[in-house]
Amino acid sequence: MTSLALTRDRIARVRPGPALAALLIAAFLLLFLVVPVVQVIFVAFQDKTTGAFTLVNFADFFQNDLFMRSFGNSFYVSAMSVVVASLLALPLAYLTTRFEFRGSVLIQSLGIIPLIMPPFIGAVAMQLLFGRNGSVNLLLRDHLGFSIPFMEGLNGVIFVQSIHYFPFILINLSASLKNIDRAMEESAQNLGCHGFRLFRRIVFPLAMPGYVAGASLVFIKVFDDLGTPLLLNVNDMLAPQAYLRISSIGIADPMGYVISVVLIACSLLALWVSALAMRGKDYATVQRGGGGLAKRRLKPLEMVAAYGIVLLILVLVLAPHVGLGLLSFATIWSFSPLPDAFTLKHYHTVFSESGQYITNTLLYASLAALLDVVIGTAIAYLVLRTKLPGRQWLDYIAMAALAVPGVVLGIGYLRSFYGVPMPFTGQPLSNFWLILVFALAIRRLPYALRACTAALQQVSSSLEEAAENLGATKLRTVGRIVVPLMSGGILAGFVTSFATAAVELSATIMLVHSQSDAPLAYGLYVYMQSAAGRGPGAALGIFAVIIVGLGTYLSHVVIERGRRERGQDH
Amino acid sequence: MNHQFSDQRFSSAALAAQIQSVGVDIEGVNLSYGTNHVLKDVNLAIKPGEFFAFLGPSGCGKTTLLRLIAGFNTAQRGEVRIGGRDISTLPPHRRDVGMVFQSYALWPHMTVRRNVAFGLEERRVPRAEIERRVDAALELVGLKHLADRRPSQLSGGQQQRVALARTVVIEPKILLLDEPLSNLDAKLRVQMRQELLSLQRKLGLTTIFVTHDQEEANTICDRIAVMEDGRVQQVGTPQDLYDHPANLFVAGFLGTANVLDGTVRDDGAGGRAFVGTGFTPVALPAAEAGTGAGGKLMFRPQNLAIRTDGGPPAPGHSRLTGTVRHREFLGASIRYAVDVGGQLVQVDAPHQAGDALLPPDAPIILDLAADKARFLRQ
Repeated sequence: MTSLALTRDRIARVRPGPALAALLIAAFLLLFLVVPVVQVIFVAFQDKTTGAFTLVNFADFFQNDLFMRSFGNSFYVSAMSVVVASLLALPLAYLTTRFEFRGSVLIQSLGIIPLIMPPFIGAVAMQLLFGRNGSVNLLLRDHLGFSIPFMEGLNGVIFVQSIHYFPFILINLSASLKNIDRAMEESAQNLGCHGFRLFRRIVFPLAMPGYVAGASLVFIKVFDDLGTPLLLNVNDMLAPQAYLRISSIGIADPMGYVISVVLIACSLLALWVSALAMRGKDYATVQRGGGGLAKRRLKPLEMVAAYGIVLLILVLVLAPHVGLGLLSFATIWSFSPLPDAFTLKHYHTVFSESGQYITNTLLYASLAALLDVVIGTAIAYLVLRTKLPGRQWLDYIAMAALAVPGVVLGIGYLRSFYGVPMPFTGQPLSNFWLILVFALAIRRLPYALRACTAALQQVSSSLEEAAENLGATKLRTVGRIVVPLMSGGILAGFVTSFATAAVELSATIMLVHSQSDAPLAYGLYVYMQSAAGRGPGAALGIFAVIIVGLGTYLSHVVIERGRRERGQDH
Repeated sequence: MNHQFSDQRFSSAALAAQIQSVGVDIEGVNLSYGTNHVLKDVNLAIKPGEFFAFLGPSGCGKTTLLRLIAGFNTAQRGEVRIGGRDISTLPPHRRDVGMVFQSYALWPHMTVRRNVAFGLEERRVPRAEIERRVDAALELVGLKHLADRRPSQLSGGQQQRVALARTVVIEPKILLLDEPLSNLDAKLRVQMRQELLSLQRKLGLTTIFVTHDQEEANTICDRIAVMEDGRVQQVGTPQDLYDHPANLFVAGFLGTANVLDGTVRDDGAGGRAFVGTGFTPVALPAAEAGTGAGGKLMFRPQNLAIRTDGGPPAPGHSRLTGTVRHREFLGASIRYAVDVGGQLVQVDAPHQAGDALLPPDAPIILDLAADKARFLRQ
């Protein structure tokens, strides 16, 4: 009887289709995520000449002034970016959730506009607007006799990064404030608590997990970012150091690997802090029929202050876009508040010289995004709908990509695939453009996976059972019921992956081998290296903004339409 | 809301003639999730064409058993036969058992028509025949005019009809209904259960109905299996279960049950009697129990009559003396809770306008018809 029971259980548990899919995904993740990263960690602990285990590399790292300064700078910049981003996000989140504020559409767009402009693209424009001799300081110096060092050294990185990343805090914090049941607040009031005490004892603790989640995300993003410091010419930070070591000294130099390990460790630390803050705090507190926190009307004076704050932040947020736009049309823009004259020639230059960048970007980003949603949907289905042993690990490994900075992945790919010759051509595999696509796909996979998982979680499993009950096989059920019902989420995941992959620089910059294979982000970086290239670079940047902006808008439309069609618009 | 499954509609539907009623046999089924033993040695024989209910409180295993028949979970031991054929190893899509889900599980991305056509499309039925059969099924449930709507545009009752049409259109061997009425409001529920019954009768389709509501099961089902703690407690017609419950659980689940503790004694005339405090011995059929055994006497509130005339108990009756503890005014009757020798007993007194109610702590005399009471071992 037991043997029969076992076989029946096994038949129910392991079907060949899902098992095959799981194996393929596992192989992909192993080859393009686990092996490169493990390789990097391995090399960091290896003696350069003998290959034996050693801690000497780390000792070197910690005794080197430049590296220690870079480490401190990276930490300082990330922490300060969190602080500044919080200062931007807090008033906005508070306004939308606690008050009946007419400008909430404005605030919502504030939450999206920065994200459609990759920070390193805006960095140069910000230099022209806020730099030592930028528009703002020129005006200040001429009229008021002083200037503000917005963009001096690390300040510039902090300034650019916090303007770009504050929406992460805004979105997370508003969501958790909105999810607080009004009854939570009312029952505290009923028991005699009000005013600031109410905020401190009830509202703040309930919103805390959302804030920490957003803040730790900002920290990691800033800590790992390579493009912004590189374009602002701030090289004494960790990610630029890793890049410079590998690109100038070579892939045999252990320091690049040591820095990579430090980057990974710090990312993991930030993720761990965030997980710690979230643990056991699943504050899904909105009960049936409950709304968010009570909203009240603003008094006239408060209204003025509110609009003042919102407009100020809007100006800051739009500054990179405006600056980039001006730069792309400018003949010469130097030591003056505005460009001397305007021209279309930069766009002409971009079209005639750099069409390759744009077509490459479209190809790479769409392939990577396609790969992401296929893998994301498959992992989501395997995890939520099958009993395949070890299925959770696919999810964990895919999500682990979050903790791997782009620079590290790039270094890992170089190390792992440089020695592998391609069939026929004999070129190193790491020079093959498809490798770049895989790197982009791995980098964006966690976001696509979460989008697909969320979409599948909304499909009640009885909808699938009904299909099977009426005679559809598992595969047919997936095709006719599951995927169509997930399509909104899948498409949103695709577009987000596409839009962000299109402007990814960190991994790209390490893996681009020839100009003809390079995507837009790399081209932009190359243009921005020279003063003469800034105009065409800005024009190229405008293309990037348009691609990302369109993508974001499309995913928004798709999600909204899906919601309406399913009658979930209430 | 007033579409009935009318005879005229039914005869126009091309469904009934083809459905051959089959029975369902469940033998020695055991199912566990890890250490949680959900179904314990379940044996049931459901006859062809029968309207059968799995009745029990939540967590008793009734839905698990239904899903086992549909193939959504696997028993460690035992088998399920439909029309004599073991289906235990068949995947759900090859079982031909139609299931109506508690949530209806209508696909939101398809119209009503597409929903109903789904099962036929999966069976590669020719297009023209699909059209005809979908129309017939929608006509059967009175929703042909809503065929091009989306499920989200329908009311709860209409969604349920679509789910029903979608299931019967494939002409399943048996029909499984998982708490189909629980998402409807009270009035609609009463109407729908009559419609379900008339549909089932006309199709002659062997139907299994899962519910936790004994009134639902009583009103429409031919036979009921009462389940508790993963076991089938008793199988029988509604009346059988109510009048002759096999144990205290069944007695209590199907209606209000009075239970008195006591022991069985020889009545001195060759018979048996149930003896305890607060009541005169109750005569038991000789076969029921051996002398000296402890047990319980179960009877319904309506088996008691309040005596106010001071006379002796009527022949075949036992007398209970007690005190009113509290009362509930129910309109047609008054339910008194009476303390009889330290045990609470409920009694229903019919109510007429002008009748006086007994106050709490009033002494009360009750007569129990011995042949209506049932002796249960622990």
